[in-house]
Amino acid sequence: MSAVLDNLDLFRSGLLTTLALSVLAALLAFSLGTLLAAFRVSPFPPLAGLGTFYVEIVRNTPLTVLWFFMALGLPLLNLTLPSFFVAGVLALGLYTAAFVCEAVRSGINAVSAGQAEAARAIGLTFGQSLRLVVLPQALRTVVPPLGNLWIALVKNSSVGSAFAITEITAVANRLANTNPADVIAVFIGAAVAYLVITLSSGLALGVLERRVVVLR
Amino acid sequence: MTRRPVHRMLAITSAALLALSLAACTSDAGDDGTAEATTEPTQEAEATEEAAADFPEGSTMAALADAGSVTVGTKFDQPGFGLLNPATNEPEGFDVEIAKIIADELGIPEDGITWTETVSANREPFIQEGRVDYVVATYTINDKRKEVIDFAGPYYVAGQDIMVAKDNPLGITGPDDLAGTNTCSVEGSTPAENIRTNFPGATLTLFDVYSKCAEALKNGQVESVTTDNVILLGLIAQDPESFELVDNPFTEEPYGIGLAKGDDEFRAFINDVLEEAFEDGRWAQAWESTAGEFAETPEPPSVDRY
Repeated sequence: MSAVLDNLDLFRSGLLTTLALSVLAALLAFSLGTLLAAFRVSPFPPLAGLGTFYVEIVRNTPLTVLWFFMALGLPLLNLTLPSFFVAGVLALGLYTAAFVCEAVRSGINAVSAGQAEAARAIGLTFGQSLRLVVLPQALRTVVPPLGNLWIALVKNSSVGSAFAITEITAVANRLANTNPADVIAVFIGAAVAYLVITLSSGLALGVLERRVVVLR
Repeated sequence: MTRRPVHRMLAITSAALLALSLAACTSDAGDDGTAEATTEPTQEAEATEEAAADFPEGSTMAALADAGSVTVGTKFDQPGFGLLNPATNEPEGFDVEIAKIIADELGIPEDGITWTETVSANREPFIQEGRVDYVVATYTINDKRKEVIDFAGPYYVAGQDIMVAKDNPLGITGPDDLAGTNTCSVEGSTPAENIRTNFPGATLTLFDVYSKCAEALKNGQVESVTTDNVILLGLIAQDPESFELVDNPFTEEPYGIGLAKGDDEFRAFINDVLEEAFEDGRWAQAWESTAGEFAETPEPPSVDRY
């Protein structure tokens, strides 16, 4: 137990690193994912094809493999990212974007066809009808699945411990080895640190969902 | 009318296929099971009974010899010490050979040994929970660990060293030269802890395995890799074109055999076995057939009977 209490500072810095990594990756994932969803529903086949291609490639690649490529594979192509943290943000963000795309697309499909038809009837272009009519409704319906993806992303960030990022899991590995008598306590401490992020996210998402839900 | 027979046919075929695949699975499991199980041919059973008679009643040695099987924790990812051979699904290396020598002295044949992968973070819990009988896993003896488990040995003394890119472009000769550079190691390892506390000028890049450090060094993302010399030698052996060893060990890492705390009888027994193996050449032979591929045979260390 003392290994945890004596190293609360280290746990806090690990928690902040996990949070920073997750938030930056989520910003990338949610914006790129929404863009990809727009691609996939667009009437222009090359764009739709590009969206599908991205999703199928990235979604079906294990995160560790993608992360390895970002952290240690890109330099082979003479493209070294500024730090392993940046490599982590890209790996986690690009990976999660594929799932966000599918969640948003399901939301778009849930908006009744009449909405898009009406938008077209009053002269809006495809882009306008998507941006002004369909997406605002679609995004409201996909709050629960996007919340799932955020929580999955937070936990997936633990892969960073294997790629030179000192986040919660890396801190736990370090303390476990220097405090052999307290291994179990150390990992419980790590679990609690993740719960701090995920449970509070869960609460916030619940509030958000009630606020934006579409009443039908 | 026409549909039903087709359905039935499908059902029958799929059931048959399922049965076949299940049979295949169980026969596989059966093979593994017999390798691990305690049922030996009668001859060997007699041999173990005889061996068991030599051990004091109620001792760990007697219990293991009676069972004719033992569970050993080792690393599965350490070239030269404990590396899983994917072809045989058995680990190979110096640690593995040492574990076999001990098992042999208990009268347990090689196929009576169950290998369990132990990584740095789970060695103590595995010993404390009795999931392994002993651990031979590049396991540095230190006082903190001795609080929760006991160590026999050492059977080898490694030293922390530095690996750099071929021709040592930065001219690094020792740990003091690491200041202001990026050095790579494994999170939670003793060498990383040593750099963090004693050479704080160096920036640490920490992965989960040393192979990633080697990759980062090759890419120029770090300037050096630091850990026990034998581990570095294993990495260099895999890619002598890219790496070289500074060859200036600056710590002593005595590798011991981890066992349950307070089992002094078993500890004394393993120490006896090690001393015998140092004397009669089995230790040197174990080295030469494994880590000896990339490092000269050292002098055997002296066992520490604390």
